[in-house]
Amino acid sequence: MADAEPVETATPGGLAAAAARQVAAVAAAESYPRIVAALIRVTGDWILAEDCAQEALLLAVQRWPADGVPVNPAGWLMKVARNRAIDLLRRASVERAKLRELAVLALAEPDPAAAGPATGIVTEEVVDDRLRLVFTCCHPALSLEARVALTLRTICGVPTADIARALLVTESTMTRRLTRAKAKIEQAGIPYRVPRGPALAERLPGVLAVLYVLFTQGYNADGEPAFADEAIRLARLLERLMPGQAEVSALLALFLLQHSRRDARRDSTGRLLTLDKQDRSRWDHAAIADGIAILARIQPDLRDGPYALQARIAACHATAASPADTDWPEIARCYDELVRTQPTPVIELNRAVAHGYAHGPAAGLALLTRARIGGALDDYPHAIAAEADLTARTGDRGRAAELFRQAAAVARTEPERRALLDRAAEEGAEQPS
Amino acid sequence: MKYLMFVCTDLEPDTDKENEPGIDEWVAEHDASGRRLQGMVLAPKSTATTVRVRNGQLLVSDGPFAETKEVIVGFDLLECADLDEAIEVARAHPMARGGRLEIRPLAEFEQ
Repeated sequence: MADAEPVETATPGGLAAAAARQVAAVAAAESYPRIVAALIRVTGDWILAEDCAQEALLLAVQRWPADGVPVNPAGWLMKVARNRAIDLLRRASVERAKLRELAVLALAEPDPAAAGPATGIVTEEVVDDRLRLVFTCCHPALSLEARVALTLRTICGVPTADIARALLVTESTMTRRLTRAKAKIEQAGIPYRVPRGPALAERLPGVLAVLYVLFTQGYNADGEPAFADEAIRLARLLERLMPGQAEVSALLALFLLQHSRRDARRDSTGRLLTLDKQDRSRWDHAAIADGIAILARIQPDLRDGPYALQARIAACHATAASPADTDWPEIARCYDELVRTQPTPVIELNRAVAHGYAHGPAAGLALLTRARIGGALDDYPHAIAAEADLTARTGDRGRAAELFRQAAAVARTEPERRALLDRAAEEGAEQPS
Repeated sequence: MKYLMFVCTDLEPDTDKENEPGIDEWVAEHDASGRRLQGMVLAPKSTATTVRVRNGQLLVSDGPFAETKEVIVGFDLLECADLDEAIEVARAHPMARGGRLEIRPLAEFEQ
């Protein structure tokens, strides 16, 4: 390629090819959103920006194993992508102003001499670019599914085929969805900007909702685990770029606390384990400490947002040495507050469970009856299982076993069904005959 | 960018009438800022006529083409920097509460 920059080797003789490939992969993950964001800002052309970023990464994977890793991988990638963009735009004879701006992009690149060993200095302008890209991809004028897909593709750099597979649509459907979303951004004039003042508070929840969907996609029994990591990476980025935004920090803490249980959620045969049956030594205690520390940094009077409350609940579970040590009264209080702002049937159900542990099964059953008014929880396996569990604790094990079997009959996944049948057998076995 | 804003009725309007902005103030403010280029109120739905030509045949019928309960009652042509600005103009319109507003950019064709 004529527009590639000469490679400067970091170590004379070069690194081993495998190591170079790994460096390329890490640099790629870190650089991709920065390159795309910077090119979109200057050119306004999403497709061009993605193509050029992709080409730069491809070239790195091809060249670095043979030629050695450049001293400043991020700078190298940005330069190659920028040159490719200039080249393409020149051919399309775009106005001089844009080309001049692109040329300046090179001067704003991190200085390899002053930078750390692997990544460059993050200039204010570049940081802002990525944040702008997040707010554009998560604009409320786009459908939630388009926002999720666009975020994965443009900010996380996940290939379209992988997104399609994880979200259970065909690749051509996903390609169309992404194309339509990008066309809407351009044609409807969705700005490439972080909203200011009161508008920021209005728009931030929409951004966080996209991250939450991403995380849940990764965390679900049949989801794509890599998406949970992407969600955490993005939440970290937002937390760094928007210090003082309590709900951003809370969301990151929530992710870390939930994700800490990823290795303990199944037994050796793949069965899903409820919290009380998990081996707590297999929880990721570094992630828990991280989550707790982030939660503690949030100003106390700002710890009542929806994500902060969920993070506080997750923290109660994560810090309990055993199920019996769980601070259920605090969890019940958090659910009381959550229900006030989000009176959804599922939150009311969880509140009933928490009160059942904090204040006895009768209190739980009473709240469960209330949560069921309206019928949204009919045939919902978790609601029936909760009733079964509360019933078991009132001492009526026969009825509890029957309810667990009922819940198993409407379970949506096989692991869930098996776990519920196990509970039914447990309760049934201890029944006086 | 130019946006056409359709002013529509909605089956579930906001019932809170407090601090509802007045239409005259809205028009005056956005005419003065240059964001509202023009706008009209339409006569009732019962006055609408639908015209089609199929196989060379003129078909004229009474009423709007689609029989929906929500109807377009007016429109405004806006000139805004981007969608966020158009959304801010729309949110200040009284029908954002009493009905709903649909903002669509005019298609731009390259020369």
